[in-house]
Amino acid sequence: MKKKVIQFAGFFALRVCVYLVLAVLLLFLYDIGSKGGGAISWEFLTKAPHRGMTEGGIFPAIMGTFLVTIVTAALAIPLGMFAAIYLNEYAKQTNLTRIIRLCIRNLSGVPSIVYGLFGVILFVNILKFGTSILSAGLTLGLLTLPWTITASEEALKTVPNSYREGALALGATKWQSIRTNVLPYAFPGMLTGTILGLARAAGETAPIMFTGAAFYLPFLPKSLKDQFMALPYHLYIMATQHHDILKVRPLAYGTALVLICFVLGMNMIAVVIRYRLRKKRRG
Amino acid sequence: MTKLAQRRFKESAIRAFFFINGVLAILVLVGIFALLLYSSVPAFREIHIKEFFMSASWDPTSPVKAEYGILSMIVSTLMATAGALAIAIPVGLGVAAYLSDVAHWKIREIVKPIIEILAGIPSVVVGFLGITLFGPIIAKIFGVTNGLNAINGSILLAIMALPTIISISEDSLNAVPYSYYEGSLALGASRWQTLVRVKIPAALSGIIASFMLGMGRAIGETMTVLMATGNARAFPHGFLSSIRTMTANIAIELGEVPYFTTHYYALFAIGLVLFLMTFLVNLVADIILHKYQEREQ
Repeated sequence: MKKKVIQFAGFFALRVCVYLVLAVLLLFLYDIGSKGGGAISWEFLTKAPHRGMTEGGIFPAIMGTFLVTIVTAALAIPLGMFAAIYLNEYAKQTNLTRIIRLCIRNLSGVPSIVYGLFGVILFVNILKFGTSILSAGLTLGLLTLPWTITASEEALKTVPNSYREGALALGATKWQSIRTNVLPYAFPGMLTGTILGLARAAGETAPIMFTGAAFYLPFLPKSLKDQFMALPYHLYIMATQHHDILKVRPLAYGTALVLICFVLGMNMIAVVIRYRLRKKRRG
Repeated sequence: MTKLAQRRFKESAIRAFFFINGVLAILVLVGIFALLLYSSVPAFREIHIKEFFMSASWDPTSPVKAEYGILSMIVSTLMATAGALAIAIPVGLGVAAYLSDVAHWKIREIVKPIIEILAGIPSVVVGFLGITLFGPIIAKIFGVTNGLNAINGSILLAIMALPTIISISEDSLNAVPYSYYEGSLALGASRWQTLVRVKIPAALSGIIASFMLGMGRAIGETMTVLMATGNARAFPHGFLSSIRTMTANIAIELGEVPYFTTHYYALFAIGLVLFLMTFLVNLVADIILHKYQEREQ
């Protein structure tokens, strides 16, 4: 009898933990949804901020985050996929391979602000890209790299070995077998993981603070060498650095809502691709 | 060149190309370390290493005598991290145990993506909610004027660390062979006893590794602590005092500091310390996880 009471109490405690986590998430989404929803309007999404950022919209910040994400993707997608192809298709179980894997796992644990510092030294100073979309995007690209490599490798692992062997048996070279049989099968999965990585990068603030994000710009960036406004940095400014924080609180909530939609929207795209892929594989 | 030789050459060129991309991860990690070190060394021309680590006063812009002691920042970082783990470890392990042992598979399929959403919320948004949502609540509960303090930071860091702790703990609980579970039940243990005395001890190394990875995340997290802990420079006196972590200090000062001054280099030195701390924590977690995987096989 006592055993059953303890078990009941124990399982109840575990359930409370789950409810607690769900409650926190719901509270987050409700708070931002209800208070940010009021700020969203056509003007908010399509106009630049004006009157010392107390009015107007966040269009430059949306565009900035969009543009920097493209630079991030341009670096992280090919490099991540190439590295994953090496690890899964070419590499043998040597010490070098083990060290590469160890480095990848460790890179994903490097604090984002350390990537920011690295970006300041390498891209802003040594390579002289200045504080720009290019510097910030490349910094975020490096930050995303461990995730894209891992995700792409997972996708390559799902390709049945018979696909590779079939091509090789017909006299194809290794690269031909990868190109014609492995990659077409693995590509959607690789893309899914990569988009998830890009979504996380798009929400990062610390790495772009000193590599290119600007407090306020009256115009949109014209080239990769320009500074830019970004949604996460804009939210940080509106929440803590603005001269009249309480007055712009609704705008900050609106920015938070748009940022969350941007990030979760990219997540949704990835989930949809994965879902379609599974359906195709089954049918 | 014959056609065969041509083909061989092409193949090995392609292989070399992918190899270079594979080695890139090593280059980036070593590059981060090397460039941080390179940018930190000039700081110690003027700062004594002992002062850097042992002094608690940080005042690089003082007109009288610039001071570069990071002790209070290290203590602040460790405090916020310890507070976060005190919350995230029991809750995270609880959720992981629930998902692996108690929940119906349908509930698991619902809860797991929800936790992934939590992991996807940008840290700047979490920090913002620390200001607007948790700050006033904390101020009311503890009767302080300002809710931006170490407790606030700890709660937010706990939320940030939870998804990592939950997913890796759950994986290691699921990796415990089913025969352990059956054997324990056959000996008359209840499911709860089996969970606490058989499954958790069997999965302990993976669970501890998950705590360490969560700890690594908490140490390195910037935006949440920057926004929600108040950033006072003074040495922290307790969880109700405002703290300034290492990450927050870099974020606050790097934007204003003139390039290539001692102050500038000192900020990179803080970054180097931060890098080494998280590297060590992650490496130990990795070794534990690896050992455990090998034993399972």
